[in-house]
Amino acid sequence: MTRKEKKALARILIAGALLIAASLAPLEGLWKLLAFLVPYVIVGWDVLWKAVRNIAHGQVFDENFLMALATVGALALGEYAEAVGVMLFYQVGELFQSHAVGQSRKSIAQLMDIRPDSATVLRDGEPVETDPDEVAVGEQILVRPGEKVPLDGVVVSGASTLNTAALTGESVPRTVAQGDEIVSGCVNLTGVLTVQVTKPFGESTVSKILELVENAASKKAAAENFITRFARVYTPAVVLGAVCLAVLPPLFMGGWATWVHRALIFLVISCPCALVISIPLAFFGGIGGASRRGILVKGGNYLERLAKVETVVFDKTGTLTQGVFEVASLHPAQGVTEGSLLECAALAEAYSNHPIAQSLRRAYGRDVDESRVTDVKEIAGRGVTAVIDGQSVAAGNEKLMADMGVKAASGSETGTVVYVARGGKYLGRVLIADRVKDSAPAAIRELKARGIKTVMLTGDAKAVGQAVGNALGLDEVHAELLPGDKVEHVEQLLAKKSPKAALAYVGDGVNDAPVLSRADVGVAMGAMGSDAALEAADVVLMDDDLGKLAAAMDVARKCSRIVTENIAFALGVKALFLVLGAFGLASMWEAVFADVGVAVIAILNAGRMLRGK
Amino acid sequence: MKKTFKLEDLDCANCAQKMEGAVKKLDGVHDASVSFLMQKMTIDADDARFDDIMKQVVKCCKRVEPDCRIVLK
Repeated sequence: MTRKEKKALARILIAGALLIAASLAPLEGLWKLLAFLVPYVIVGWDVLWKAVRNIAHGQVFDENFLMALATVGALALGEYAEAVGVMLFYQVGELFQSHAVGQSRKSIAQLMDIRPDSATVLRDGEPVETDPDEVAVGEQILVRPGEKVPLDGVVVSGASTLNTAALTGESVPRTVAQGDEIVSGCVNLTGVLTVQVTKPFGESTVSKILELVENAASKKAAAENFITRFARVYTPAVVLGAVCLAVLPPLFMGGWATWVHRALIFLVISCPCALVISIPLAFFGGIGGASRRGILVKGGNYLERLAKVETVVFDKTGTLTQGVFEVASLHPAQGVTEGSLLECAALAEAYSNHPIAQSLRRAYGRDVDESRVTDVKEIAGRGVTAVIDGQSVAAGNEKLMADMGVKAASGSETGTVVYVARGGKYLGRVLIADRVKDSAPAAIRELKARGIKTVMLTGDAKAVGQAVGNALGLDEVHAELLPGDKVEHVEQLLAKKSPKAALAYVGDGVNDAPVLSRADVGVAMGAMGSDAALEAADVVLMDDDLGKLAAAMDVARKCSRIVTENIAFALGVKALFLVLGAFGLASMWEAVFADVGVAVIAILNAGRMLRGK
Repeated sequence: MKKTFKLEDLDCANCAQKMEGAVKKLDGVHDASVSFLMQKMTIDADDARFDDIMKQVVKCCKRVEPDCRIVLK
């Protein structure tokens, strides 16, 4: 508890004791009023003071004013105990509210605790402690074990493991050594690292993330905007209702005191605070909780839409697949070993920089002895021919084999096939394919379990796209698309979905910015260190783990459920007590519960977003 | 120019909304948002008159919520 809260608690306790004493004392008339006025002033002087001051500033429908009016009215009607009690309850509620909000603020601050306080920069070989803001690009910084990496950079010397949990939610530490890029916000675990700074602090990952999450609060969800508009109308409406209730019925049937009393009850219920606090708190908690798991959501509006997602459209390369070509399988001809087939292919492609050539050399694993290779000729659209250890070798597609007069066996595999022949004799074929990400199958299953339709768009050949689609069990696959076609397809899907549902597009954020912005929710993956993805997308998954998608949806759905609960609960209880109050069935004590009690419960409910999984 | 200011003693969410609404209406302010949870106010206003506008903002907030103080850095 803060000092302010402790003071408030002391006032409440003293006033409470005096209220009990005043109720028990056998006093009459003016003495009785005075006995109740003491606790009333102790617990409510600030409310009265603020009410007067705010009226002077032209703030009419201020909660202080409404509470002051209600309790002064009760005093005037001779309901002394009720007036003091209501003020007392109101203050208890305020105390609870302030404490609960304070706690939420603290957990949010913990979530955001990735900002490095200082950097140790090496100047003239001496370590100097300084503000990360003052380190220039190109300078070298020292990161000791236990410290946060303050700026983005490249490791110059040293080796260590980094805890990236604060950024990605991934708990397995990442090993880094000389030459590796590291991003700010990670915690250095084991060894001392010297890092050459590549970005100023303001553009480093940690600054970008913090800025993004803090700005997220300004992009309000529809539910938040609804509450803001509602709050503007609600209070004046209820006050007007109170005036009508106090004036109209007694004109016809008399009994002024009863009706004025009922009108005062209206005033007590007229503050929209429960909603005004708890709805943004739920969204904020959702955004904070998601960021702890390595999912950045750029605004409450996106979180809200994410909860309604019914179709997820994936880009293939780099999103569902690794985006790197790899040797998937070797099919040697009879009498040829897999090793010699691969060696032959790797040697033939020794000088090529084509991704396929690189994948062959990677699969070969050993250094290619280039002295064995001579007379290399690249034939565009065919492949490559070379002389290896004195024998002519050809590696390329079926057309190349036909040109060479070699009869090649074809298979039914999908992917890119490299046929290899030596000395006019067929050696076999190597299948090269883009591998499906390890996390993809489980991620797709999880989405399907949530009733979400999955679609894949790709520029690749039909057979390749279909194979990935079948392997993952996607609902729809559209292949051989140009970048422009992708936008068109997403628009068709947008037109087909039910009006209230949303469509999410998941890409790597590199060259699909138009599609990302066209979808209801654009999700970019593997954004750690990629500025393009951070800019273009509405939701950013910090690492390559597709499983985060389902996690993000769970957070969004939970948030949206809590928001609905709070709106329904707060409005329901208030409406109920307005009706009960109008018919004289609710006392002012109960009305105060309807006001502050509901606020506290709604805040506690919203606070669930901040805790646990 | 966009700038963020810390708010002290912002105790009521409804007042934060009112402050936001009032500041948005000020001349020269393109956009403003008050975050009750972060206790922060972000103001996007004309570059040239920024300091002048900030004076207006402080005055305006004082009227809406006298307890709350804007920390001008």
